[in-house]
Formats: sequence, structure tokens, C-alpha cells
Amino acid sequence: MLRLWKLAFGLLAVLFLLVPMFAILPLAFNDSSILTYPMTGVSMRWFSELVEENIWRRAILNSLIIGLSTAVFASVLGTLAALGLRGSTGRLARFGNLIFLMPMVAPIVVLGVGMQLMFTRLGLNNTYLGVIIAHTVISVPFVVISVSAALAGIDPALERASANLGASPRATFVHVTLPLARPGILAGAIFALATSLDEVVLTLFLGGAGQRTLAREMFAQLRENLTPVIAAVSFVFIVGTVCLGAVNVFLRNSRRFRAEGPAE
Amino acid sequence: MSATTSPAGTAPAHPTRPHPIIRCDRLSKSYGTVRVMENLSLDIAPGEFISLLGPSGSGKTTLLMMIAGFEEPTEGAIWLDGRRIDAVAPFRRNMGMVFQNYALFPHMTVAQNIGFPLKMRGTPRREIAGRVARALEMIELGALADRYPPQLSGGQQQRVALARALVFEPRVVLMDEPLGALDKRLREQMQLDIRDLHRRLGLTVIFVTHDQSEALTMSDRIAVFNKGRIEQIGTPDDIYDRPRTRFVAEFIGETNLLTGRISGGQLRLPDETRLALADGNGAGEGDEVVVSVRPERMRVIAPGTMPEPGANRLEGALRDVVYLGDHLRLQIDAAGQALVVKQPRAGLAPQPGARVALTFDAADTRVITS
Ligand SMILES: Nc1ncnc2c1ncn2[C@@H]1O[C@H](COP(=O)(O)OP(=O)(O)OP(=O)(O)O)[C@@H](O)[C@H]1O
Ligand SMILES: [Mg+2]
Repeated sequence: MLRLWKLAFGLLAVLFLLVPMFAILPLAFNDSSILTYPMTGVSMRWFSELVEENIWRRAILNSLIIGLSTAVFASVLGTLAALGLRGSTGRLARFGNLIFLMPMVAPIVVLGVGMQLMFTRLGLNNTYLGVIIAHTVISVPFVVISVSAALAGIDPALERASANLGASPRATFVHVTLPLARPGILAGAIFALATSLDEVVLTLFLGGAGQRTLAREMFAQLRENLTPVIAAVSFVFIVGTVCLGAVNVFLRNSRRFRAEGPAE
Repeated sequence: MSATTSPAGTAPAHPTRPHPIIRCDRLSKSYGTVRVMENLSLDIAPGEFISLLGPSGSGKTTLLMMIAGFEEPTEGAIWLDGRRIDAVAPFRRNMGMVFQNYALFPHMTVAQNIGFPLKMRGTPRREIAGRVARALEMIELGALADRYPPQLSGGQQQRVALARALVFEPRVVLMDEPLGALDKRLREQMQLDIRDLHRRLGLTVIFVTHDQSEALTMSDRIAVFNKGRIEQIGTPDDIYDRPRTRFVAEFIGETNLLTGRISGGQLRLPDETRLALADGNGAGEGDEVVVSVRPERMRVIAPGTMPEPGANRLEGALRDVVYLGDHLRLQIDAAGQALVVKQPRAGLAPQPGARVALTFDAADTRVITS
């Protein structure tokens, strides 16, 4: 009996978490031009509008440019930070760690205001670079966490073995440390990409009309005209997120054989 | 006497022992305020198989790590082939090492693992392929060249680690309990294999173990470690038959320790029994000493019989008998001491509780003064 209750409760919890996310999806295929139930017929017109209409195409492109750049910057910076923090103990290192994780807990609005003030002076307002920097700042903590975990999982004996076998510290880093940390770096990059893709607040503060990302455009359109294209965008978002998650899980499960360097 | 044969500045080689390939000179090591090694000196001859044997925490790994360059001695110097190496980075020391848990690279295949030291030395790729193939043949794992280490059994991983440590033909190979994780049969097989490689390739091997039978079967010399010092160093015979300290006598094999005083060149037990000794080993009249006699050097005889002339005799009660296949292990209370005798199963099977006599030759006694 208790089992049954547990099962029912679990199911409810899952529904509570997922229903809001999936509720809008069927509307992406609705042929009515207002974004509301009930469905009147099935059509793909909102998807074609998404890829054909200029503002949406532009938004998709912007999301990709900003998202991928963020992923690259964040994983490079986050990996360097994790390497620097690695193995250092003591108060200073713990303080450094805290600094790197700060953007994750800082209120985004405060961050946005601060960046806007600073970026105006630097001339970075309403530029791609500005938005990319902002997204990188809030993505780095994910990379630091994920790479630190990967580095902590490396048996120190492996790096000793490498040195013993004649590898210089640089060669050990290239041939042993980096390949073994690669799954962590890739996972961090995926988190960074996902973070950038659905970021709205900072984009709102720092991006101009030229840097409207998909998420930002959705936000704008929601207020102006409730077009069902928004449902189509949501569909694309969710499918994309699920794919990214799947890639991440795949990478983690096959880390042993994924991490290999080029075959010699 | 002529000084002209020795070029200036070169120390003359020792007349009987070859120049040591490794010399540890008065090494000490502290972690913070904790002293884990004290004034340790050790010379290792080229081609020697030396075991570092001792209980957990006695400093065996610490010494190996200092030789490999992963730990720095707090005091003292290490020399490799006449060159001081304390300040040389580990990757320039050119010593093979087999780690306790093998430390194979999980992201490289077996062949890539074995080829790694060659690649780091800039060996041409074709030559790497050939030497890796030969190494794989030596460890009989040619069929597994493209597997990854996690897909191998413990024994196979062990052999890959061995091949990787040997493929670049280092002169010195360090092994830190390389067989610790293997089951008994595989262990014994690998002991023979390593011994064989050592002879064939003329390697100098420093082998850490805390298994005394492993050290006895494999080594040219054994250094017995205790609390960061070498308690005794010598051939297996030396260590087993002539332990210098009580610690060594008890750590290597099983032994009976009889406590008493030296009196007239004999050992006088507390119950006034007198035992003949091989020699006093420097102990003087009236000194309190411990005498070690190995269980297999004692024999149980029927209570009435007299021992051979010159042999010692003790009477006692049989506590327990354990059958161990080809031999018996008897526990006997005699002269107020609990003794163990190991002997073949021939003859009568004595019953626990029976009165028995046991005998041993004076030549098999060893006086321990410290
Ligand atoms: N990094 C370290 N910091 C502090 N103490 C250490 C460190 N490494 C080793 N020790 C201490 O040094 C002593 C010797 O350790 P070592 O590892 O050499 O022992 P061992 O003889 O190899 O033992 P085992 O048979 O268990 O491997 C131990 O008391 C250990 O606690
Ligand atoms: Mg050890």
C-alpha cells in the first residue's frame, strides 16, 4: 500500500515538474493563429515561419553565434581556473574557488546593471562581444565545477607514472592530464552553451536590437503579439536541450574510451 | 704501492664489490615535524635484485619515491651511477617503475601504454611499433594490444605495467608491491617471471614488499625496514638464519624465542634448564639474551628417548597439533615457554595433552643481543 502511495506521489512530482514545460508544445502544431487551446487542426506553418521570417532567423543565428562563443570562452577560462585551483589547499585557494563560483549565486539583475555601467564606458554595450562576455561570466562556474570534478578524479599515480616514463611536465599535461579531464571540459562546455541559449536578463540589459537571441526575441514577442511561433521556438528549445543532455550523458558513460587521444 | 693507475679525481673502485649503481647516503625524511626516515644508507650493486621488506609504514615506499624523484630527501644524497641525482627531475632519471596499482593510462590502449615511454623519448614510430610488439610477445599479451586497461584482468594489467617499465631498457627498475593485488597462484607465477626477466636482461631491481616469503624467494639481498631504518641487510640466508635483532627474527618467518641468561657459555633458562649454544654472538657471562630457534629445526621425540649427543633437549606438554598436508605444526609448552615445532608427518601422530620431548642442535641456535 505504501509502495503505491510512493509511486503515485512520485508520478505527481514528475508531472508537476514537466507539465509546464510540455504544455505549450502541442500548440506548435496547431493551425490556429492564436496561442491557445483547443487545437483546431495540425499544421507546420509556425515552423516554416520560424525559419523563414527575418527576425526569427536572425535570432537563431544570434543564439548560435553567442552560445558557441560563450561555450568556447567559458570552457577555456573555466578549465584554466580549475587547473589553477587544483591541488592548492589553504585559505587563499578556497577564497579563489568562492570567487569563481560567485556569478552562479549573484542576482542576475544586479550583475546586469553593473555590467551595463561598465560596458557603456568600455563601449561594449550593444555589441556581440559584450553579450558574449556577460554570458561567459555566468557560465564559467559550471565549467569550473565540472572540470574540477574531473581533475579530482585523476589518480595522481598516473601523472607520476607519466613523469617516470620520461614525460616532461608539459608532455604529461598534454598526454595524460588533459585527455583524462576532457569529459569534464566537454560537459562544462555543454552547460555553458545551454546557459547562454536561455539567458534573457543580461541580454536584455546589454544587447541591442542587433544581438536579439532566440530567448530574448521570444520574450519580446510574448508581450507584443502572442504568435504560435513561440510554441515552435519552445519545441526547438526543448528538443535541443534534450539532445545536449543526451550528448552529455553519452560522454560521461563512455569517458574511458572517449578520452583517448588520436590513435598512434 | 702505485698511485699512477688511478686517475686523479676518481675514487678507486672497491676491490671486491662493483661500483654501486645506486647509492643512498645518510637519507632522512621528515613530513613537518614527523621523522619517517632516519639516516638511511644503502648501496645497490648493478644487476642486483634487492627487496625492501618491512611492516606497513616502515618507509619502503618513501625510499622508492625518493629514488624515483617524487619525494625529496630532507637530508642526505642519492647517487645514480656516480652522479648525484637528488635535484634531477623525475622524468630525466630514466628508471622504470611498476606502481602498486599499476597506474596504467586508462585512455590509452595496451600498445599505446607500452609505447608511451618510447614516444616520450622521440623514438621513430616504426621502431616503437616493433619494440612494442616484442614487449607484448614477452608478456604473452599480443592478442590484447588494442584493448584498454580497464578491460584487462589484474594479472594482465600487471604484465602490461611491467612491459611499460622495461620497454625503454632502463638500468634500474623500481617495483612497489607489484604483486600485492594478485591471488596466490598468479603471484607465484609472476615471481618466477620477474626473477627470470631480471636475470635475462641484467636489470637492477629494487622490489618493495611486505611479504617475507616473496622477499626470500626472489632476492639477492633483503633490506629489512623498521620505523624508517634498515634493521638488517643481507642475503636471504643471512636474514633467515642469522637475524641480528629480535624484530628481524620475528618478522622473517616463524621462530621460537627462548629468554634466559648466559652462564658458562650456555643458556640458562628461568627453570634452570641449560642449553648449548652455537656461539654467544658477543654476549658476555650473565647477560640476559634471547635465543632464536626456527620451528623446523626442532624435532619432537618420544619422552623416554635420549637426543643425539650434543643436542639440546626440553620436556613439555603437547598443546595442539595442526595437520598441514605434508607436515605437522605442533604447539608445545616447555620450560615455561610456548614453542612451535614443524616436522614431517612421518611416524606416530602425537595426541594433544601428551608429554613429549623436543630436541634441537646447538648449531641451530642464534643468540640475539638486541
Ligand atoms: N605525504 C605524507 N605526509 C605525511 N606522512 C607521510 C606521507 N607519506 C608517508 N608518510 C608517512 O611516512 C611513513 C612511511 O610511509 P611509507 O609509505 O614509506 O610506508 P611503507 O613502508 O611503504 O608502508 P606500506 O607497506 O603500508 O606501503 C608512514 O608513517 C607514513 O604515514
Ligand atoms: Mg608502501
